[in-house]
Amino acid sequence: MEITGAEITVRCLQDEGVEFIFGYPGGAVLHIYDELFKQDRVKHILVRHEQAAVHAADGYARACQKPGVCLVTSGPGVTNAVTGIATAYLDSIPMVVVTGQVPTHAIGQDAFQEVDTVGITRPCVKHNFLVKDVRDLAATIKKAFYIATTGRPGPVLVDIPKDVTTARCEYAYPDKVELRSYNPVVKGHAGQIKKAMALLLEARRPMIYTGGGIVLGEAAAELAQLVRALGFPCTNTLMGLGGFPATDPQFLGMLGMHGTYEANMAMQHCDVLLAVGARFDDRVIGNPKHFYQEERRIIHVDVDPSSISKRVKVDVPIVGNVKEVLAEMNRQLAASGHGPDAAAVKAWWTQIDLWKGRDCLKFDRGSAIIKPQMVIEKLYEVTAGDAFVTSDVGQHQMWAAQFYKFDKPRRWINSGGLGTMGFGLPAAMGVQLAHPGAPVVCVTGEASIQMCIQELSTCKQYRMPIKIVNLNNRYMGMVRQWQEFFHGNRYAESYMDALPDFVKLAESYGHVGMRIDKPADIESALKEAFARKDQLVFLDFVTDQTENVFPMVPGGKGLSEMILV
Amino acid sequence: MRHIISLLLENEAGALSRVAGLFSARGYNIESLTVAPTEDPTLSRMTIVTTGSDDVIEQITKQLNKLVDVVKVVDLSEGDHIERELMLVKVRASGKDREEMKRMADIFRGRILDVTDKSYTIELTGTGQKLDAFLDAIEEGVVLETVRTGASGIGRGERILRI
Repeated sequence: MEITGAEITVRCLQDEGVEFIFGYPGGAVLHIYDELFKQDRVKHILVRHEQAAVHAADGYARACQKPGVCLVTSGPGVTNAVTGIATAYLDSIPMVVVTGQVPTHAIGQDAFQEVDTVGITRPCVKHNFLVKDVRDLAATIKKAFYIATTGRPGPVLVDIPKDVTTARCEYAYPDKVELRSYNPVVKGHAGQIKKAMALLLEARRPMIYTGGGIVLGEAAAELAQLVRALGFPCTNTLMGLGGFPATDPQFLGMLGMHGTYEANMAMQHCDVLLAVGARFDDRVIGNPKHFYQEERRIIHVDVDPSSISKRVKVDVPIVGNVKEVLAEMNRQLAASGHGPDAAAVKAWWTQIDLWKGRDCLKFDRGSAIIKPQMVIEKLYEVTAGDAFVTSDVGQHQMWAAQFYKFDKPRRWINSGGLGTMGFGLPAAMGVQLAHPGAPVVCVTGEASIQMCIQELSTCKQYRMPIKIVNLNNRYMGMVRQWQEFFHGNRYAESYMDALPDFVKLAESYGHVGMRIDKPADIESALKEAFARKDQLVFLDFVTDQTENVFPMVPGGKGLSEMILV
Repeated sequence: MRHIISLLLENEAGALSRVAGLFSARGYNIESLTVAPTEDPTLSRMTIVTTGSDDVIEQITKQLNKLVDVVKVVDLSEGDHIERELMLVKVRASGKDREEMKRMADIFRGRILDVTDKSYTIELTGTGQKLDAFLDAIEEGVVLETVRTGASGIGRGERILRI
C-alpha cells in the first residue's frame, strides 16, 4: 500500500525505536505533525524554542546512549536549531534532525520561510541530506541513523520538502545500510597496540589522559581495568569526566585550562602519554609549542583518524573503537605476564603526591558569603554523587566539573566544545526523560539560565522535576574573571543588571523557587529541593561576586604555567 | 609544498560544496580544483592542487576521507604521476605579430581553434609550468584573454584510483 511521505517519516522513527522526538511545529512540517498526532509510539515533546529542542535531544542522547531526535520547521525553525546542532557536532553527539523545507518547486525562489538548510548546516553536521523524492525517504532516514551513531558519532540532518511529505509510495524500512564511501574503522591495528603496550611497560613517568570518547564509546569498564592493572595516574578532560571514577585514588582530577595542578603537571612532565578518545584541544594542552618543550612519547587511540596528529604529533597512532582497543590492550597485558617498572612508577607517584599537596582547589570555607564551590560540594553530598548533572557555560560549569566527583559515565552533561550558554536547562529535560526517576540537576548561572529560560514552561507541561542550581553572582562570571586578569578590571558589559526575581519567575511558571544567601542554609535548601520529588525547584544561590576559578592556564600559555590561588 | 590530490566522490548534489566548504572552513589553500563525472556516472573525479606543510597535507587527506560523500582519496604527489592542464588563450594577431604568433603556437604544440583578422584563439595543453612558459614567451600585451582548467592528474604505470 502506498503511504505519504509524512507517514513514512513517522513509521521510520517507530521502526528505529525512537521514544521521544523534540520539536516545534510550523508550516513545512504540518503533515508530519499530523501523522505524529495519529499515533502514540513516538512521543513528541513540545519545546518553546527550537534551540531547546536540539539541546534536549542532545541531553537525552548523552544520558542514555541512544540517538536524540528532533523535528523543526523550515526557515527560522532551522536557523534557531543551528546553535543546538553545532553544540552536538562539537561534542560528537549522535542525533538525527528532521527539518521541513518549502516544496521542491519553490526551492531557490526565496519562498516564505525558505533557507538553504543543507548549506547552512553543512559545516556543523556529520552529514546532511535533502530528500527530493519520496521513494528515497525511508532509505535516507535509515542512513541518517546509521551515520549518526557509528564511527565518531555526530548530528545528521534530513531536510524534507513539504511536497515530499504528501507524495506517496510503498514503505519498506531497510534492515541495514551499506555505504561505499563510509566505513568507520572498528578494530585497532594489533601491531600498533603491541607497540603501545611495550611503550607503556617501559614508561618511567606514565600518564593516561582520556576524553569524551570513553563516554561515547561505552569504554569506562575497559579503561578502569587497564588503569588499575597498570597502576598509572589517570586524568579526564571536561568531556571525559565520569569515564574514570573520580573517587579512585589513581584519578588526578580534570586537566586543562581549569584542570588540577597535579593533572597538568603530570601531563607536562610524563615520559609516555596514553591518550584515549581525546583530541589535545586548545583548552586541554594549552599552547602546543610549550607542550613540546618536554619530551614524551605519545600513544593516541581514537576512532577518528583526523583527530590523530592534528594538534600534537603522535608516536603510536591507533585508529579504532576505543572499547575494542582498550579490551585488546587488557588482553595483551594479561597475556604478557609483564608489568610496568614498579620502582619508577612509585617514584613518579611520589612526585605526583607532592603536586597534589599544593591543594590547588582550596577556597575559603569559612566565608560568610556563599562560595560557589561550597554549593557544588554540598550538592555532591546531598545527591550521594549519583545525580545527573547538566551545566551551562562559565564559572559554574568549571566548579561543577572540579567539585562534583563523577564516578560513572553519562552523569556529567555539558557543552564542552562549542561552549553554548543556554544548554543546561533544555539538556536536563532530555536527561530527565531518559531517566524519569533519577535526580537531575542543572548547575547554571544567572546569565546562562536566561538564554533558555522559556523552557521552564516545557518543564511544567511534562512535569519534569529538575533541580536548577543557579550560582547567582550577578556577573557573567567567566567574562568578569578574564576582564579582571587580562583587561585591567574593566568590566565591560559583564554585569548582569536588571535581573529578574528568580523565585517569583519560577513560581510564575508554576514551579517552586528558593533563594539562599547564607552558607549555613545550603544543605537544608538542597535537601528540601530533592525531597520535592515531583516538582521543579529553582534554587537561586546568592554567591560571592569576586570568586574566580583556579587553577587557570591563561589562553596561549603552557599547561604548567598556571595561575594558582 | 605543492600537492596534487585526486578523489572519487559520489556524484550527488552538494558533494562539491562539501569539499570546497571543508577547504575554506579549515583554512586550506586551493590552487585549482577540477571535477567531472567518471565512466561510472554515480562517481565524480576531482583533482585538487593545494599547498601546505606535510602536517597540513596529512590533515587535508584525513579530513577529505572523513566526508561521507568522498569514496577515495589519493595524494598523487606521493608517486609518479602525469598532470595536464588545458588553456584557451585569445591573442592579438595582426601585422607582423600574426606570423610570430603562429610560430609560437607551433613550438608549444598549440592548436589554433579560431581565427579572425586581428586575433587567434589557441588551445594549449600541458603542465601548468608549460602553460606559464607559453605566456612568458609571447610578447606582453598581446594576450587578450585566457581561461585555464586547472590541473587534472593520474598516476603513472599500474597505479589506479578506482573503487
